[in-house]
Order: sequence, then structure tokens, then C-alpha cells
Amino acid sequence: MEYLIGIQGPDFVLVAADSVAASSIIKMKDDHDKMFKLSDNILLLCVGEAGDTVQFAEYIQKNLQLYKMRNGYELSPTAAANFTRKNLADYLRSRTPYHVNLLLAGYDQADGPALFYMDHLSALAKAPFAAHGYGAFLTLSILDRYYKPDLTREDGVALLQKCIQELNKRFILNLPSFNVRVIDKEGVHDLEKVRVIPQ
Amino acid sequence: MALEDFCSFRNNPHLWTPASLLLPLQNPASSTPGIPKHHHSGRRRLELSNKDDGPPLHLSLPPASAARRLMPTVRRPFPLTHGTTTLGFVFQGGVIAAADTRASAGGLVACPEVHKIIPVHSHLVVTSSGSGADCVLWARALEREIRLYRLRHGRVLSVRGTAKLLAFMLHPFKGTDVCVALTLCGWDQGPNGAREGPKVIYVCSDGARLQGELFSVGSGSPYAYGILDGGLRWNLSREEAFSLAREAVFRATHRDAYSGNNVDLVYITEKGWSRRDREDLKEEYYTRKEEIGKIVEERCGKTD
Repeated sequence: MEYLIGIQGPDFVLVAADSVAASSIIKMKDDHDKMFKLSDNILLLCVGEAGDTVQFAEYIQKNLQLYKMRNGYELSPTAAANFTRKNLADYLRSRTPYHVNLLLAGYDQADGPALFYMDHLSALAKAPFAAHGYGAFLTLSILDRYYKPDLTREDGVALLQKCIQELNKRFILNLPSFNVRVIDKEGVHDLEKVRVIPQ
Repeated sequence: MALEDFCSFRNNPHLWTPASLLLPLQNPASSTPGIPKHHHSGRRRLELSNKDDGPPLHLSLPPASAARRLMPTVRRPFPLTHGTTTLGFVFQGGVIAAADTRASAGGLVACPEVHKIIPVHSHLVVTSSGSGADCVLWARALEREIRLYRLRHGRVLSVRGTAKLLAFMLHPFKGTDVCVALTLCGWDQGPNGAREGPKVIYVCSDGARLQGELFSVGSGSPYAYGILDGGLRWNLSREEAFSLAREAVFRATHRDAYSGNNVDLVYITEKGWSRRDREDLKEEYYTRKEEIGKIVEERCGKTD
């Protein structure tokens, strides 16, 4: 139902999430933001079970902010990803696991851009591009085919558009709008909310 | 690592006692972390901070989702009351909250005159759907917490704050049979940290918390959405908004077996909430049937 996608370039990470909040067959909201700002340079995209997403993401978000207050510096994207994974893993074999799928995207001043894929079983992988949801089945092959490690921002947006067009054509569920953001050394920037016009 | 120390990952969450709604809220002094707990049932425990003027909830570890409960449930003597049509929307003149008044238990109409729109304070009402008993309980608990907050902090909590408080109160019961889906319809007055104006926020026991301009909840909600999506605009006049809300509930109660009887309408502005008289939909139905009958007769009369 929900769709997340991330594409890493040489000096930026482009991430997008659909903006539908659904409850069974009803779209409760069509402008829902599934991205959580963990720090000035890190975004967490979180989908999954209804309450778990917000609870888990906000917990990670507040803890990272607390770390910055206590220690005077922010965690790097790699450290944040590993912290998130540890949390998820600790709860995995409890009676009350979180059922969330995540993408963590960030820009480190020292190491550059980073995109991490994490699933509900707490598997963590750093990847040049990644997607979550049923839509991933349709779009990963497009990413495989057209991705180049040195793509520019325009190339990244064009690749994202290709993926969204494919979803529109072949995915049975209607995902009419997406939130798109870019992270680079200046921080997080909103791109215009992408609305797909049916052809 | 600093974070790990703070997050107390070494504490074993399995030893926590089950959440009992009344106990932590009545005995703040008795809840200190580190005291060994005795029994557990898979539900997470609400811990209180020890300060009197702090928030009533102590958020130490993230409450997690619960898919499995190891304790067998007591068999219910009758099916829980479910089934409803409620809606809330904002427009230029404020917030409208409307609901039907039927409480059904399986195929029985357990009560035809329930109040599903419950005031929390002068500028906030909550429409309830899901299990009737749970909704009444949680609405009262919320009312109490808001009143306590006002006494402690000297101001009314914003609607968004209320929604977050409610979501955190409900979260320990996720995975149990608690079933509430509440729509908070209210008006934020400045200055309480929130932008002033009308707000509609949907909170449910699954943990969802969504702010928006229109929500309809319950078994009759798809029918209500059909009417509301076609007619709702920001520039509606007050009378138009009333009639849209009534029409949506009326059509939903016509098609949905578990909604019916009467429609309640509450209207919230910066001056507070005010309730319209309850209207019987049966009479509405017959009145309209007559009107349509007359129109058809006239048309037939003209063509003859």
C-alpha cells in the first residue's frame, strides 16, 4: 500500500514517500507526511503498522535530539542507522515487536551522502538506491537499469518520475501524490510535492 | 554509549507490570523504576514521573506494537457494541461534529439514544466510534486529564496536544480488545502554543493520529464520505454546513444497518461548542419520501 524510495547521488540523497494515510479501504488523509527529520542532515522515512510508525520514529527522533543536547554534536547517519537498527532488533523477539519498514537517508560532512534500507526484521543495508512497499517490486528493476553512481539531481528526479509513472501504469492502488525531499550538505530541501497527472 | 545508558536497554521490558488504567494515575509516588515487578501479561505499563506538576505519563521506553497476547481472553457474554457513523469537518465558520445515536451489539439495537458526541471542555468535543463502553471510558479519562492539565499549568492544552496525550494513553492497550476511534473537534484559542483556529484530529486505538479537515469514522463512514466529498467547501455558510452534515449522516444511516435512529450535531466556534437539537431520521426519511412523491406526481401531471 505504502511506498518509499531513495536514490543516492554523489553529493545528495533524493527520497520520496507517498502521502496517503489509509484505514482499511478508506483514504483518511491524502497529504500525510511519512518523513521524520532526525537532525539537520538526516531523514527517516517510516511505513508500516498504524501506531508503530509514529511511535517508533518519534522515539528515534527525540533520542537523537537528546544525544545532541547532551554531547554537543549530532550522530552521523551511519551511527543513527545502527542505533535505529539496534532498537528495532531489541524489540523484535519481545512480545511486542514494531512492525515498521524504514529508509534512513543522510549527509555526513566527512563521508558524504548515505542511504540505508531497514526492514521490519531489523535487517540493515547501505544501498545506492532502495524502495519499500508493493511498489518496490515494480520499480527496483527500473532503478537497476537506469541508475548511475554519478547521477545529477535532475537525473535523480527524472529517474523518480519514471518510477512513479510505472506505478501509475501498473500498480493496482492509486497513489496520486508524493512528498519528495533532497538531502545535501546544506541540509534537507523540499522539492515540490509531486502530483502525477493521469495520461 | 550515552544513548544506551539513557534508554536503559539493559532493563528487561518483559518484567514490566501490565498497564492498569486507574492504578498509575492514582498513585504517582509508588511508581519508581527499578522496583521489581511481579507479573506481566504482555501489555506495557504506564509509568508516572514523580513530579506533581509534570505530565502524567512517563515515556521511558517506546511502547511497541502488540500482535500477540499470551493470556486467553475471558469469553464475552454478548458481542461488543460497534457500528456507527460519525463525522467532523472544518469550514470557514468553525467545526461541525455530527453522529448518529445507535449502539448496536451484533444484530441488536442495544440503545437507540446514545450520545456519541461528548464534550471534553468548552472548546473541544470528541466524537466516538468503536466499542461503546471503551469510548465512554476513554472520553472521560481524557476529560479528567485535560482538567488536571488546566489546574497544573493554568491553560487549556491545545487540540494537537490533547490528541497526542490521548494517543499515548491508548498505546499500551494496542493489541488488546480496546477499540476506540475518536475524532477530536475543537477550536484552539491563542495563546496556548498552537495556531489559533479550528482543528479536527482523528485518534484511534491502533495508534493512528491524523490531523485533517474532514474525517468520517465508523461502519457508515464510506457512505458519509460519498456525500461529504461532493459537497464540502471551505466557504460554506453555517446553515449549508449543518445541512451537509445532516445529509451525510442521514444517507449513511439509510444504508448502514448499524447506524440509525437520530442525528446529533454540535457546532464549535471560537466562542465554544453548542449543540443542536437531536433530530429523528425516521421522520426525515418519510418527509423526504413525501416530497419526492409530490415532485414525481407533478412531473407526471405535466406530461399527461
